[in-house]
Amino acid sequence: MEILLIVILALMIGGAIFSLEAKDLLSAVIAYGIVGFGLVIAFLLLQAPDLALVQIVVETITLIIMIAVIMNSTQEELKTKWGNKTVVYIVLSLVFIGLFLYIFNRTTGALSRFGEHAMRMSKPYLDPGAEKTGSANLVTGVIFDYRGYDTLGEATVLFTAVIGVLTVLRLKGRKSE
Amino acid sequence: MKGMTVIVKKVTQIICGITFLYGIYIIIHGHLTPGGGFAGGAIIAGSFILLIIAFGSEFLALKKEETGSSILESSGILIFIIIAILGMVIGGAGIFFVNFLPKWEIGKLISAGVIPLYNIAVGIEVAAALITAFLALLIYRDEVLK
Repeated sequence: MEILLIVILALMIGGAIFSLEAKDLLSAVIAYGIVGFGLVIAFLLLQAPDLALVQIVVETITLIIMIAVIMNSTQEELKTKWGNKTVVYIVLSLVFIGLFLYIFNRTTGALSRFGEHAMRMSKPYLDPGAEKTGSANLVTGVIFDYRGYDTLGEATVLFTAVIGVLTVLRLKGRKSE
Repeated sequence: MKGMTVIVKKVTQIICGITFLYGIYIIIHGHLTPGGGFAGGAIIAGSFILLIIAFGSEFLALKKEETGSSILESSGILIFIIIAILGMVIGGAGIFFVNFLPKWEIGKLISAGVIPLYNIAVGIEVAAALITAFLALLIYRDEVLK
């Protein structure tokens, strides 16, 4: 399973790099879809069907909206020229990648191995979870019972985001001023 | 935005009803099978968005102001908070988010107390929020092009 995960992660990284470099914006968006759908397969392999369900729907909707936007506007990407600043950017990003890999390597040494989780914190939720919450799906039991405040916060974030969209995009209120 | 060809329209007509029912199934069975309010709400919003994209925005042809999805979105989160406050008032312990209904048998459709009600409220909220954001972008674009 780990080999399959590594193959899928490599495919996702390749898709992300291709979508940065593609000349046509439509192929860039479709290559970006590899990242989302690869994540769906990775979630399924890691036995998280709840996350996979949300991810596949949201990814499909995003892809459809992006393609609709590109169909209605231009398909060609703006060309960038090589100059003095490009070298500076490349050096800076290489330094950042090196620093990131160094810190990542130091931090992951303290973690437990892949597949062997530290169950000290999650055991008290998992073992009596179904009886305490009465929900057969433990994920729902956790997000609506143990972690009810988190769910309330998430719903509020979505509500606020929609209010923000409606406030920015109102036309009639602005004209009457 | 223009509509698509006859083939796409016909297939969308057949598929979007099934998608809508599947979203409702995911929401109602949220405490038994994988999924829940967020996934089911996103699926319901997806069925509407599919319909709008296949038939084009001229098909909507909004003559007057429509506020249905916005009102549903606000009432979804209001139901959520009201159920949580009911837990504080009725539950006896005086704590927010108390599960005050009887839990019955694990694994049956009617079980788990108030958790299915939370699922339905969150499902309404997510579906209406996604549709509202999509419609706002679409109507803004049409009004600007005029």
